[in-house]
Amino acid sequence: MKILETHNLSKHWGGVYAVEKLSIGFEQGKITGIIGPNGSGKSTLTNLLTGIYAIDGGSAVIDGLRLKKVIAHQNPLFGITRTFQEVRLFEQMTVLDNILVVITEKSVFGALFSKHNKLDEKKAEEALQKVGLWEKRHQLAINLSYGQRKLLEIARVLAMDAKIIFFDEPFAGLFKEMIKKVAGIMEEMRAQGKTLILIEHNMELIRKLCDYLYVMDEGKLLAEGKADKVLSERKVVEAYLGE
Amino acid sequence: MEYLTHLAILFAIYAILALSLNLIVGYTGLLSLAHAAFYGIGAYATAILTTTYDFNFFLSVLIGIFFALILSVSIGLILSKFKGDYYALGALGFNVIVFAVMLNWQNLTRGPLGIPGIPRPMLFGFSFSDNFHFLLLATCYLLLTTGICNYIANSSFGRALKAIREDDQAISVFGYNTHHFKLAIFTVGAGLAAIAGSLFAAYITFIDPSTFGANESVFILSIIILGGLANLKGSMLGALFLILLPEILRFAGFPNEIAAQTRFGLYGLLLIILMMYKPQGLMGEYKL
Repeated sequence: MKILETHNLSKHWGGVYAVEKLSIGFEQGKITGIIGPNGSGKSTLTNLLTGIYAIDGGSAVIDGLRLKKVIAHQNPLFGITRTFQEVRLFEQMTVLDNILVVITEKSVFGALFSKHNKLDEKKAEEALQKVGLWEKRHQLAINLSYGQRKLLEIARVLAMDAKIIFFDEPFAGLFKEMIKKVAGIMEEMRAQGKTLILIEHNMELIRKLCDYLYVMDEGKLLAEGKADKVLSERKVVEAYLGE
Repeated sequence: MEYLTHLAILFAIYAILALSLNLIVGYTGLLSLAHAAFYGIGAYATAILTTTYDFNFFLSVLIGIFFALILSVSIGLILSKFKGDYYALGALGFNVIVFAVMLNWQNLTRGPLGIPGIPRPMLFGFSFSDNFHFLLLATCYLLLTTGICNYIANSSFGRALKAIREDDQAISVFGYNTHHFKLAIFTVGAGLAAIAGSLFAAYITFIDPSTFGANESVFILSIIILGGLANLKGSMLGALFLILLPEILRFAGFPNEIAAQTRFGLYGLLLIILMMYKPQGLMGEYKL
């Protein structure tokens, strides 16, 4: 069952289309990969589906609900969360607060008349333990290493317990051990029935993790299917690998 | 002793202004240059209501807060869509408009002539005409403000404000309507600034528009930059330092009129030195 779909989704900057009439879908409980050369529209697609950019044409269907406009602050209502291509932490807040802020009350009055409770603390601890950052919970995020920053982003989405998670190049710049850890977390999330959308350049990881693969080029869909099959298609090799 | 009481009252008034502005600038990262406008609205509400309509001071404080809230929601609805320099300019523009209204709506404010004869507060027949008693009253309002600011800073709301300051687009993706939060904190800050205005009017017993111009907003901003952004103790320290500075100059042998002018030069110099060597202020955890 497709939990998230796009229908003729479009985004243009001036006369140039970043995403052009794209119609794709994401199966529930699967990891779907999106690859493509730089500038092919992968991150733009993520930004459209998480409300960072406004949709210029077409629509998104989330859990059966057709939307012509995705509003960023409504993402949790649909169980959507994401990581960012360039890590975006709340730099001058502690590691623990970076987690707590995404799981506590989000309305003005709700937040004003509440403080995090034991359950929130437990969720935050579990997420930070999982990525190995619990010991650093009182440090400011700005003082973490690049790899640790990436892991904190992963912990943030883990703690949110969302249904649909966009991972925008989560492995970029990580050491081997960290890659193994993040890949393990993603497989675990899939086993829990979560829908993962993975934008990645590492083909080995794409082959290992993805149940289905979309290849984008110049804002359009170039190919789709099982990773091994798609990655051997000539047009993909030409467009993406430049061979 | 009377002199120290006077300084302590001024400290309490400016500490209220600094604490409330720190919620907007330090915690939320919104560079508001409109604080003196709300300070003035509170002051004029008390001045007009107590002199012309014989209102009790405490009721006039509540009405001052009410007017500040109404105006802050109106301007905040516009400002909450901006950030950075645009926010600062928009807020400054609002302060300039409010100042112009105070100066030119002469039927209401008496313009540059100001409003004299503002009575000291009375409560159940007890008058706060004695400065020491007024200090106790000002301290109560300062404690109330500190309690409110502390509560906000330590709530989930305060954490959300910091996240907005750090990356308002990212935090919106995680479920926060950042416009609502920006508007809410701007309104709370404005209401608290109005309290300081009411206290100032009742203490000095005379107000005119010159106290509530953009210069005053910059001065309040200087207090929190000096003391430290996103640190409430820093706001207190900054207020104490900048209130005492002209007095130190006076004791250093500068004549009154020169000390007053030198004060502004020193404020400027202090800000330049701080920006160069300690941009987060004396106790701050965040730099602009």
